[in-house]
Amino acid sequence: MPRPKTLGAGALPALVLALALLLVPASPAFAKTEIQFWHAMTGQLNEAVNELVKQFNESQSEYEVKPLRKGTYAETLTAAIAAYRQRQAPHIVQVFEAGTQTMMLSGAVLPVYQLMKEQEIAVDWKDFIAPVVGYYSKDGNLYSMPFNSSTPILYYNKDAFQKAGLDPSKPPQTWKQVEEYSKKLIASGAAKCGFSTGWPSWIQVENMHALHDQPFATKRNGFDGLDVQLLINREFGVKYLTQLAAWQKDNIFSYGGRAGTADPKFLSGECGMYMQSSALIGGFTKGATFKWGTGQLPHWGAPYKRATSIIGGATLWVMKGKPANENRGTARFLKFISDTPQQMWWHVTTGYLAISNSAVKNLEAGYHFKKHPDQFTAFAQLTRGQATPNSQGLRLGNFVQIRDVIEAEMENIFAGKKSAKQGLDDAVAKSNEILKEFAAANKQ
Amino acid sequence: MQRTVFRNRWLPYLLVAPQMAVTVVFFFWPALKSLQLSLYRVSPFGDKSTFVGLENFTRLLGDPDYYRSVVNSFVFAAGVTVLAVLGALVLAGLATQKIRGLAVYRTLLLWPYGIAPAVAGIIFLFIFHPAYGILPYFLSFVTAYEFNWLLKGWVAMVLVIVATAWTHLGYNIAFYIAGLLAIPSSVIEAADVDGAGPMRRFVAIIFPLVSPITFYLVVLNMVFAFFESFGVIDAVTKGGPGQSTEIMVYKLYKDGFIGLNLGSSGAQSVILMAIVIGLTILQFRFAEKKVTYR
Repeated sequence: MPRPKTLGAGALPALVLALALLLVPASPAFAKTEIQFWHAMTGQLNEAVNELVKQFNESQSEYEVKPLRKGTYAETLTAAIAAYRQRQAPHIVQVFEAGTQTMMLSGAVLPVYQLMKEQEIAVDWKDFIAPVVGYYSKDGNLYSMPFNSSTPILYYNKDAFQKAGLDPSKPPQTWKQVEEYSKKLIASGAAKCGFSTGWPSWIQVENMHALHDQPFATKRNGFDGLDVQLLINREFGVKYLTQLAAWQKDNIFSYGGRAGTADPKFLSGECGMYMQSSALIGGFTKGATFKWGTGQLPHWGAPYKRATSIIGGATLWVMKGKPANENRGTARFLKFISDTPQQMWWHVTTGYLAISNSAVKNLEAGYHFKKHPDQFTAFAQLTRGQATPNSQGLRLGNFVQIRDVIEAEMENIFAGKKSAKQGLDDAVAKSNEILKEFAAANKQ
Repeated sequence: MQRTVFRNRWLPYLLVAPQMAVTVVFFFWPALKSLQLSLYRVSPFGDKSTFVGLENFTRLLGDPDYYRSVVNSFVFAAGVTVLAVLGALVLAGLATQKIRGLAVYRTLLLWPYGIAPAVAGIIFLFIFHPAYGILPYFLSFVTAYEFNWLLKGWVAMVLVIVATAWTHLGYNIAFYIAGLLAIPSSVIEAADVDGAGPMRRFVAIIFPLVSPITFYLVVLNMVFAFFESFGVIDAVTKGGPGQSTEIMVYKLYKDGFIGLNLGSSGAQSVILMAIVIGLTILQFRFAEKKVTYR
């Protein structure tokens, strides 16, 4: 096989180059202290990150934050871990919400609340939006700085609604309406399918459990300990996925793959409704050729209570073991991005949630939400329901793998290979194994 | 075989040293490292690590998902090897005919090999994706058949097999073209005179004469399918739907680099290595006897 050889031969010059680069001494020309910031934002979001960093760098003269995109979330985390093991860790690394437990238990991070305390920088933590802070706090202390947070919402095609004789100003509120509207959309020829979804586990399992105040896992969704087991194969989960699988047969629901691969189903007009992260508002504004609106995620109604949805996205973690003066730069940067003007700018530019109540209030005062009502849907959903232990978030080890297991079983269920009960039982059994393994690896 | 005699005893060692150094640094050392990792339970950041003996292996052997990935690997490797080798032989046969524009055809046939597997995967996505692929779009005009491999496991498997085989076709074709051109025309002409048709000539003369190449390609394509097909799978299916296209090397990547379970990942790579070494030995033992070397 020539490939392994070419790999070796290609890697050698690369290695030599890498070594050579390491040997080049940091230029003494600038006296500014450099802060390395690794992230996973692509496209427009990458530009927004660069712009934000530029604003910080120009706001003061002591520190220079250097943003570097390291690939996907998973790749960024893997790169940071590898760098940490070589004692070359960046100061700040962006980690997705699913990696929270891994980071908290890593022993490799400096919690932000501690960093700010050490640097005597005052941050009004109480001003942060509760569902965002809750996800990333331990014992009431914030461990990582919320950066890009979003929550899933419902998008609907207003043109298709019009064509189907539905009121384009009224998105469905309940799942019953979703079914009814879907049938009308299909019958009238306005769309081929009723609705689809992005991020199957995050939206349809994690968030649906939170929204209906159902536990996802034991120990308060993992917040109270490592000895955790999933609870998604109980009455609510089974009933719900049985329904989705049945709808899949009638095209009321049309599965479109994991992550964002189903986006084209909505953008092409194939499906009249779509559940996806609120951060997609910007993308849909550019990409959709029809009028669309947003609504909150549908609810099943009684007997289930209504709680808030949970957030997704990523936060910024501070790696420990850096000299105090560099930590000071890190702290000042994190403080800068959490300040109200930056939060407002970030929200308006990217569509990610503003994380402080002051920023939201200011946006409201500036009529931002009047002009962009879709931007308010997510805030409304996060504050409308009751915040309960079930809606605070999830704190699970190896969560990425667990999501993968859940999504694989969801596919088995939608394909009709397994009943909802069977699929969820299998997902729970496999996930519990993974959780046990994580607990064992972290208890030593 | 001619024996080359070096005057200096150390010269031959010196000459192979660079290649050996690369092999040791990039193959033996990582292999040993995996072997070591496979016996430990390691936390993601590597700060906590305990010796667990063979626990990573026993856990895998008790995991039905792991067996599925093994079966998937064999199905996938067999599919890719058969398709890529046979396809290459047929195409190389055509590319050694006396036709106009031969050089152009040959160049075009070799092209796909220059495409990175991940890029090939993306190209296939743009053709076959149920939501935005061009093929399902055209299919929807002529038939009600829904080409949705997002939920049909076997269709997804066929898709990744075809995509992977396609990326490797060019390499195989190059070998076959060389092999076919090396067959003396006198042998073929003699068979022609004896009244053998094209099929008979192919089965009785050409195929045996290129059998060393076939053997070499089968071994290489199989190893390729087991070890290096990661890019296509990652780009096209990510192992789904369900676990339908999760082959061993992809599961290993997912558990190790996304799940950060390095111990299990190490154990998986040791097993994978053992399987591939075993298969290669088997092939050399049994298949090579049927190969005619000139």
